Amino acid sequence: MTPFLKRATAVCFSLFLGTAWADVTLLNTSYDVARDVYKDYNPLFQKYWFTKTGEQVDVKQSHGGSTKQVRAVADGLEADVVTMNQANDIEFLVDKGLVARDWAKKFPNNASPYTSTMVFIVRKGNPKAIKDWSDVAAPGVQLIIPHPKNTGNGRNTYLTAWAWSLKQPGGSNKSAQDFVGKLLKNAPLFAAGGRDATTTFMQRGLGDVLITFESEAEMIAKEFGKGNFEVVYPSLTMQTEFPVALVEKVVDKKGTRKQATGYLEYLWSKEGQENAAQNYLRPRDPELLKKYASSFPPVKTFTVDEVFGGATKAFSAHFKDGGSFDQIYVAK
Amino acid sequence: MAAKPHRLLPGFGLALGYTLVYLSLLILLPLGGLVLKSAELGFGQILDIALGERSLAAFRVTFGASFLAAAINAFFGLIVAWVLVRYPFPGKRFVDALVDLPFALPTAVAGITLATLYAGNGWLGRHIEPLGIKVAYTPLGIVVALTFITLPFVVRTLQPVIEDIETEVEEAAASLGASRWQTFVKVIFPAIFPALLTGFALAFARAVGEYGSVIFIAGNLPLISEITPLLIISKLEQYDVLGATALAVVMLGLSFVLLLAVNLLQWWTANRHNNAEPLEVAAGKASGVST
Amino acid sequence: MSANKLTRATQEPVWVRYGLMTIGLGFLFFFLGLPLVAVFVEALAQGLPLYLEALAEPETRSAIWLTIVIALAVLPFNILFGVAAAWAIAKFDFKGKSLLITLIDLPFAVSPVVAGLIFILLFGSQGTFGPWLAAHDVKIIFAVPGMILATLFITFPFIARELIPLMQAQGKDEEEAAVSLGASGWQMFWRVTLPNIKWGLLYGVILANARAMGEFGAVSVVSGHIRGETNTLPLHVEILYNEYNAIGAFAAASILALLALVTLVAKTIVEWRMKKETEMLNTVLAPEKT
Repeated sequence: MTPFLKRATAVCFSLFLGTAWADVTLLNTSYDVARDVYKDYNPLFQKYWFTKTGEQVDVKQSHGGSTKQVRAVADGLEADVVTMNQANDIEFLVDKGLVARDWAKKFPNNASPYTSTMVFIVRKGNPKAIKDWSDVAAPGVQLIIPHPKNTGNGRNTYLTAWAWSLKQPGGSNKSAQDFVGKLLKNAPLFAAGGRDATTTFMQRGLGDVLITFESEAEMIAKEFGKGNFEVVYPSLTMQTEFPVALVEKVVDKKGTRKQATGYLEYLWSKEGQENAAQNYLRPRDPELLKKYASSFPPVKTFTVDEVFGGATKAFSAHFKDGGSFDQIYVAK
Repeated sequence: MAAKPHRLLPGFGLALGYTLVYLSLLILLPLGGLVLKSAELGFGQILDIALGERSLAAFRVTFGASFLAAAINAFFGLIVAWVLVRYPFPGKRFVDALVDLPFALPTAVAGITLATLYAGNGWLGRHIEPLGIKVAYTPLGIVVALTFITLPFVVRTLQPVIEDIETEVEEAAASLGASRWQTFVKVIFPAIFPALLTGFALAFARAVGEYGSVIFIAGNLPLISEITPLLIISKLEQYDVLGATALAVVMLGLSFVLLLAVNLLQWWTANRHNNAEPLEVAAGKASGVST
Repeated sequence: MSANKLTRATQEPVWVRYGLMTIGLGFLFFFLGLPLVAVFVEALAQGLPLYLEALAEPETRSAIWLTIVIALAVLPFNILFGVAAAWAIAKFDFKGKSLLITLIDLPFAVSPVVAGLIFILLFGSQGTFGPWLAAHDVKIIFAVPGMILATLFITFPFIARELIPLMQAQGKDEEEAAVSLGASGWQMFWRVTLPNIKWGLLYGVILANARAMGEFGAVSVVSGHIRGETNTLPLHVEILYNEYNAIGAFAAASILALLALVTLVAKTIVEWRMKKETEMLNTVLAPEKT
């Protein structure tokens, strides 16, 4: 027993101190499908930083549901940087005094180094002829999405349908709510998460259309084969941002401000942008966008800021208890 | 047994003291913190949260499905435990090992796997759906997931107790002329009933709090297949920690009352059984011979 | 009394036996067997080499280790508690016993997510003890200690709940006899109580161990989800699944299923040894007994 315990203790210690050889360790707390992007990005940054400063930086990654991750940071998870997929999650850290109020101005492009859009995934040959949002809400169409109240992916779908309806002739908040209500009636279920929605649609064969991030479509192709589905770009869709921010309180405590800032800035470098593009996220760099044009067809997009006046506002109007989502279900 | 010459056995103070300290530190202190936190909201607001249309529907779904799942497990679990203890058959060890699987499998994996099995094109769903029974993404799916998750409780609570039944008692009943069925009803069942009730209560309690597996198979439609833990998560997604704790405390209160009732019932049956009816007497009864 | 009649009343008729076996095993097949097979089918969907490759990943390996370390840290505490609580409850009468039992059951009824949350409310940086912990640079939440605490909470009732009905059913005659014959408390415990409860204790430990290794919800809340550091196997499964790495996810899940089977093998070995011991004892004591 004793040698085994010793070994177990040794493992424990190595878990805690395993990074002792690096000069600096950064913790990047991120949403759950960001692994591929940062798994490729971290070595790029390490190399760049080492040639620039001679310093070995080790980057640890933490992945999980976006809101859960941010709550963990607020409750004491010592993340130097947060790289998220919803601005209101970062706003929460502002409220807790962990992130600077003007975080969105500290980096270019609203502090979002890359973007994506919401697209339709339909069955091969598009048998239900789903071209636009009105087709998704048509009778007899089954829609698969993650829970609109509890997942970022589902919220984006909800808001995009709302915005589309708002921009139709004679569109108002009232008509938009009716339209979204009709659309949600076509959902036989709300999946637990983005990945679960994909499994339900692709593997369990449920539904006629799945709505998800453009970047996910490539992941789906990787796992289920490209020929098994088609991607449809609706007439209007959301440009989803992936905001990044420095956790001021942590970098001050750990003395890692310089490295953490460098880590985020480098996301906008040629290498950082190219890495995003290779992971099917739309780079901000116009030249690269042109280079990868075949993966990123031009679409008409809107941002949450333009239509809803910011992520926090959109969130409280639609997804807080008693918001428009609840009204659709309860006020009948 | 009430007023016997007091406590012949040693260790009562030590055992109870340790139990209480450990219980207080690990369970009562944290749960007390939870209750205190929710008290910040005030009683009226907690009631508002708990009595909303969606909350009420969720409570109904959660407790209803949990009860069904626990009942299914009580019935089948008794049979399984009996078969595992009493009957020899090839591969018994493996089957015995399998019973713990629901605890070892992360709940999310269980949920994903069950949803895949019971979906319209799954191994099981393919045969069930033509019969008009939809399991995946309906409240029935919740019952299936909860049955899976709580399966080990009844079996594992009963196994040692059944092992402990001395065959002498059964033989005594038999020698007094009881049929097998009489022996079971009058001798065996009363002996294992407290354990069965315990297993049922544990399965029920565990099912009520389950989240990870259920959300993958439930469908999560508001008012229809939404469970209370999902509403708690929903509040957390809104950074509404207070609302989440309020809902959690209400759930905790309900479960506590139910568990307490079951435990009292169990205590009552156990005492009645132990005091008034030693097994030998029961054996005589089972045979119809009055003692 | 004919032997035939005796068997009739101590054993079920053949058709009942087979009927019960069919029902019991059929139930297990549909609810346990099929899901287990499905997990392995998914894990091996693209062949054994990819399966092994998924397991060889350093992050998966460190997750396996952490899972085992946490389970080993948790079990001794809960064994001690389980035995103490069962002793007090099953062998003595006192007021509020039902209440105490119910309190022990309580962790079962707490949603795992909430179980994690309560520790955050206590030890998180905005929690009751958070500022003090931060000032002294003690890390509980989002580190291994917090994960151990959450697992302790989740597995708290298992061993006690296994032992209480068993010890109640056994009564206290044997122990009382031992004590009245002059045995000390410890002698009584080691010689009489422990041998009597060993199966129940073992079941409880196996159950608690399986649950400790498989726990997801509570641990997920207090883990920092740092890869290679605070990721247990169940958490790792979720991350892999969300990354469209179904093979990796189900491979990791299959390891958890295998770990459960391994504990059962351990149980079988212990059982076998104990049986041998008692057989030996019986042969030694045989003349006395008759």
